[in-house]
Amino acid sequence: MSQITVPVESESTMTKLRRWLSAVNPIYFVVIALLLGVAYLNRAFYEPNNFLTFLERSAPLMIMTAGQVYVLVSGGFDLSVGSIATFSVIAAAILANNDPGSTWWVILFILGCGALFGLISGSIVTYLKVPSLIATLGMLLIVRGIGLYWSGGAPRGYLPDNFRAWGRGGIEDLFGLREFPYAVIILVVMGFLFWLVMHRLNYGKQLFSIGDNPRAARLSGVGVEKVRITAFVICGAAAALAGIMIGGRGGVSIEGGTGLEMQTIAAAVLGGTLLLGGRGNIPAAMAGALALELLFTLLNLMGLPKPLRDAVQGLIIIGAVAYTAYSSRRTN
Amino acid sequence: MTAATTSLKPPSFADRMRQWWANSRIPPVWAFAVIIFLLSIVLDLLFGVDDQLFITNPVILTNILVRSVALGIVAVGQTFVIIGASIDLSVAYMISVTAVGAGYFMAGDPTRMWWTVIVLLIVGAVVGLVNGVLIARVKINPLIATLGVGLILKGLLNAAFENFAGAVPRSFQSFAYDSIGPIPISVLVLFLVVLAGWFILTRTKYGAHLYAVGGNQEVARLSGVRTGRTLIIAHILCSMTAVLTGLFVVSRLRSGAPWVGTDGLYDLESIAAVVVGGTALSGGKGGVWGTLGGVLIFSLLDTMFNQIGIDAYMKQILRGAIIVLAVGFYTFRSQQEPS
Repeated sequence: MSQITVPVESESTMTKLRRWLSAVNPIYFVVIALLLGVAYLNRAFYEPNNFLTFLERSAPLMIMTAGQVYVLVSGGFDLSVGSIATFSVIAAAILANNDPGSTWWVILFILGCGALFGLISGSIVTYLKVPSLIATLGMLLIVRGIGLYWSGGAPRGYLPDNFRAWGRGGIEDLFGLREFPYAVIILVVMGFLFWLVMHRLNYGKQLFSIGDNPRAARLSGVGVEKVRITAFVICGAAAALAGIMIGGRGGVSIEGGTGLEMQTIAAAVLGGTLLLGGRGNIPAAMAGALALELLFTLLNLMGLPKPLRDAVQGLIIIGAVAYTAYSSRRTN
Repeated sequence: MTAATTSLKPPSFADRMRQWWANSRIPPVWAFAVIIFLLSIVLDLLFGVDDQLFITNPVILTNILVRSVALGIVAVGQTFVIIGASIDLSVAYMISVTAVGAGYFMAGDPTRMWWTVIVLLIVGAVVGLVNGVLIARVKINPLIATLGVGLILKGLLNAAFENFAGAVPRSFQSFAYDSIGPIPISVLVLFLVVLAGWFILTRTKYGAHLYAVGGNQEVARLSGVRTGRTLIIAHILCSMTAVLTGLFVVSRLRSGAPWVGTDGLYDLESIAAVVVGGTALSGGKGGVWGTLGGVLIFSLLDTMFNQIGIDAYMKQILRGAIIVLAVGFYTFRSQQEPS
């Protein structure tokens, strides 16, 4: 038997390389290209301290995007994440009111609020069957309204320094760096957790199955309602966490999270997440968020006005979805 | 036998009313509108901030109608795309573009009025065409396509304008402020738009095609309807109604700012008004008269909030909750998986 082994033609190195490259999500190449582009326009970007500051600035969007991917994979959208982040900043400033002793319970309270808003959105989508886009647009209004009603429409209160450290502080004199930002540590830890839950735990598998085909998932015994609502809860809590970091970095404001909902969706789409469910990847989506921030940095260095960012996001969303529609039609 | 004897009995008054209601084909939303109208009278009696009842005040009554004009015109367009099983989330940005563009191009000069209106209508048609082509030809999900187009419009507009730009001439403001006899011109325009929408949907071949496409696109295609073209036309009409709303808004404000469309919540409220008016989000059924009822409900609620003096932010919370619950009221029985 052993004599009749079929001679396997050994692949050339080029074919192997090509196979390997096509298996890698293209977003990583986009990130590398953008990194080179930014480096070309601004050499100082790659001094370790500056680069860590850039990561610190990008951390909230990356964490929010990871949360958004959970809802997107389940087949929905969450447009309320930006206003949840804004609400977190407003609520933290009023509750903490510059009392360092209150920081911990304020953080817990805010994460709880984020989860609660997610629970409400998820329940509306699941039980009232309101399309998630409309339900979460409604939640956007409600959450923003609550925040503004509470603060009277203007920034109020003050964030203590040990709260703000989560967005702008760090471990000083580590590895010869000026400081190693806490935000980057949170980013790495949360990124790992998000990855673990979605790609290694049973819950993740159920999430993909309800996004792919909810009927089939239901028939094979997945608790579709629970899985979908949990996705919204995770997304809301992630948005609240991002809000805490945004407040820490930028201080008290009533505009902290404005427009972030669209950025998270654009970032997730850049990272290959399929809108309307069934496919997504946490590291790639977070790389998408990084790419978006790099793109904004690049546009900024090229001197383009800031509002054009919206137009760029619109083009990205349409372009990426058109590309997937085109390639899926070609394979069919 | 017993059935035969009971049928001989003359129908009771309630039965006859029920029969009349079923035959009248009045969208059920009008019953809600009447209930909310009565409710708002009660609330006004109990909590009103002034002594006068709002129904005895013709200014407020006219105001309810005028408030309906802005939302009503664009909601008619939204009805078209939703009947076609599509949706348009870019209308709010289209309204902003129109409002700013009208103020900027007219620059207070009455001679530039008409060509500005024509240019803006063409811009609207082009945006609608882009929406329609992305949805019907490139096959992008309508929510995403129109959201993307909306973001592009928003980005371009915000890059070019930061604040109120230019002004419309005084003669253009008569659209919002003058009346013919007792009827404000704007209300007349709304009525004409609704009438035109009703006529197209129920009395033309195009309307029949649109219902067919919304009901089942594949069946419509196999019966020889050009489904893509039908949807694209619906989107062009929808964007053009958004332009009309934008023109009305700018004629009221005298000048447009980039946030007038989004702050007015025209995207979310127009969809909510359509759904509350009995048009299914899955397409294929509904009509403009129901939508008008939904619009009236929203402006009634708005007026009532003002009458009982609700805080502006509280109003935002209530609006969000009402929209979600109103849509939920129609969707919660659906068997489809939510998306």
